[in-house]
Amino acid sequence: MSRFVSGIRKNAQAVGDWVDARLPVSKTWREHLSEYYAPKNFNFWYFFGSLAILVLVNQLLTGIWLTMFYTPNAEMAFSSVEFIMRDVEWGWLIRYMHSTGASFFFIVVYLHMFRALLYGSYRKPRELIWVLGVFILLVLMAEAFMGYVLPWGQMSYWGAQVIISLFGAVPFVGDVLVEWIRGDYMIANATLNRFFALHVVALPIALLGLVVLHIVALHEVGSNNPDGIEIKDKLDAKGRPLDGIPFHPYYTVKDLFGVGFFLMIFAFIIFFAPEFGGFFLEADNFVPADPLVTPEHIVPVWYFTPFYAMLRAVPDKFFGVVTMGAAIFVLFFLPWLDRSPVKSLRYKGWPSKIMLALFVVAFVRLGMLALGDGTPIQTFESRVWTVYYFGFFLVMPFVTRLEKTKPEPERVTS
Amino acid sequence: MKKFAVIFTAAVWLVSGAAVGDAGQLDSAGANVFDTASVQRGASYYVNYCLGCHSLQYMRYKRLSEDLDLTEEQVESLLMWGDQEIADAMTSNMDADESEEWFGITPPDLSLTARSRGVNWIYTYLRSFYLTDEGWNNTVLENASMPHVLWELQGTQRAITDSWTDEEGAEHVRVADLELDEPGLMEPVEYDSMVRDLAAFMHYASEPSILKRKSLGIWVLLVLAVFTFLSWLLYKDYWQDVKQ
Repeated sequence: MSRFVSGIRKNAQAVGDWVDARLPVSKTWREHLSEYYAPKNFNFWYFFGSLAILVLVNQLLTGIWLTMFYTPNAEMAFSSVEFIMRDVEWGWLIRYMHSTGASFFFIVVYLHMFRALLYGSYRKPRELIWVLGVFILLVLMAEAFMGYVLPWGQMSYWGAQVIISLFGAVPFVGDVLVEWIRGDYMIANATLNRFFALHVVALPIALLGLVVLHIVALHEVGSNNPDGIEIKDKLDAKGRPLDGIPFHPYYTVKDLFGVGFFLMIFAFIIFFAPEFGGFFLEADNFVPADPLVTPEHIVPVWYFTPFYAMLRAVPDKFFGVVTMGAAIFVLFFLPWLDRSPVKSLRYKGWPSKIMLALFVVAFVRLGMLALGDGTPIQTFESRVWTVYYFGFFLVMPFVTRLEKTKPEPERVTS
Repeated sequence: MKKFAVIFTAAVWLVSGAAVGDAGQLDSAGANVFDTASVQRGASYYVNYCLGCHSLQYMRYKRLSEDLDLTEEQVESLLMWGDQEIADAMTSNMDADESEEWFGITPPDLSLTARSRGVNWIYTYLRSFYLTDEGWNNTVLENASMPHVLWELQGTQRAITDSWTDEEGAEHVRVADLELDEPGLMEPVEYDSMVRDLAAFMHYASEPSILKRKSLGIWVLLVLAVFTFLSWLLYKDYWQDVKQ
């Protein structure tokens, strides 16, 4: 018996060697998992990277199944979604996994970005990881917007109308540009078809490519950690970081626990509150698109609301659009705006701590204000937080250079 | 940790400082989509009073037998009229052009009304018709094109109005309350209960998978809880040597 087993093992080894001589399977496994050394002091905030991959895979798989039944045609799109919800076996589950997944993608990505703000994960030598991440956010926003148009409900239609008309604010070529994007004189079948193509083919390819680059860049320099110090500075005799542990099995089992916990929340919403009070699936989107009837309130889905509030806060349409674009664009410069001698907020001074706390308040509060009717008080508050949002980045070079910091530890703290 | 708690509390206070948005003034329907008898009654009310004008184009008769404890024979004899087949969708026989001539608009399909307007809206709407000198009106949907189809059952309501003066001194008249002018075939309690059944059915019809979704959800959560617990044990075990 044991000879039989060892025979199999020998043959498997031979096959493995044969493949390894031609394709770096074992090498890749070692470099990215079993011998990729990650700091041992990762905390709660470090779950969201692997969770973002999980949600991405969820979106890809459920998306593939949805395309099997969805009809990208202005006459049939709405009923094909109801067909999926009612007549396709488990169609409702696949659709809710996809619609809930869209919102969770943003929850996870926003928390993932907040982690970078907390511990200075964008600082040298990780600037490119951050820049690639901002590109991922941009593509994700385009992907989410176009996906939201596909069910062809009232909010799909009028949301698209509002967002596409923003391009009309571009000087001189605005109107031509809007028509070129729509492919018609109004939002119509041509728009739906091109959004479908971009949503299911072009943008997912771009997203996957960027995610691969994001991870390759991360593994080239190694992960940051809550103390913001480089574990590669302290190596053992074999050249391994003293405070590092192999990603596999340590972080694979830890992330598996994170995945379980995450899936419980995810499943709770899918099975018990898929509309999530109108935040994930808006009530008006259960009415088929009607170009002749404008809904009373046109509000974007929650993950765009902070930026929408900035748009509304600026009285001039063109500068509103510029403000909204700048809110994302400014993120690209973050690695060079932070001049602190330390990376992690743990060792920065209290001005930085208060500023980041208020930044979170500004972001959440702007999101809430976008849902309001735009009363003068709400508009005033939106302006205050919009100014703060940009102020946070503009004063960062001065605050981080001038404030008193605490000394960083030699080794990571647990 | 203490500092974090202070910052967190301050943040929550700042964020929730001023609520944005307003609450509606709809009556709570108390409709229960899991009460099969109520949904069955609602289905029979719907085909008798509503389906003549309002289609449920995404709802198939066959689905009613699968979900509502009815045999296909029962659905055929109790809920179907004319020459429709069990696999057909619940469409109205009314001609779209003719109905537009009669009501000004084609009566809308109601498959998804419970999701777009809400169950409480349906419940309140059907109880808020009142008769004026010009005909029927409704406090929930002003100048609705729909006449009060269920007036024989509910009876006729009249509006009690009062007037109020705005900041600029202009006087406005509004409907303060509705009062039953002539009783119908049903007591008000009976009528409310009938509309509740209708709302429950329309809730079901707007998303038939809701029945399976919620009952399955409990099992999915239980399995995930076990998975999460096991992965936690695995994590604790693997990390013993890291923690030392």
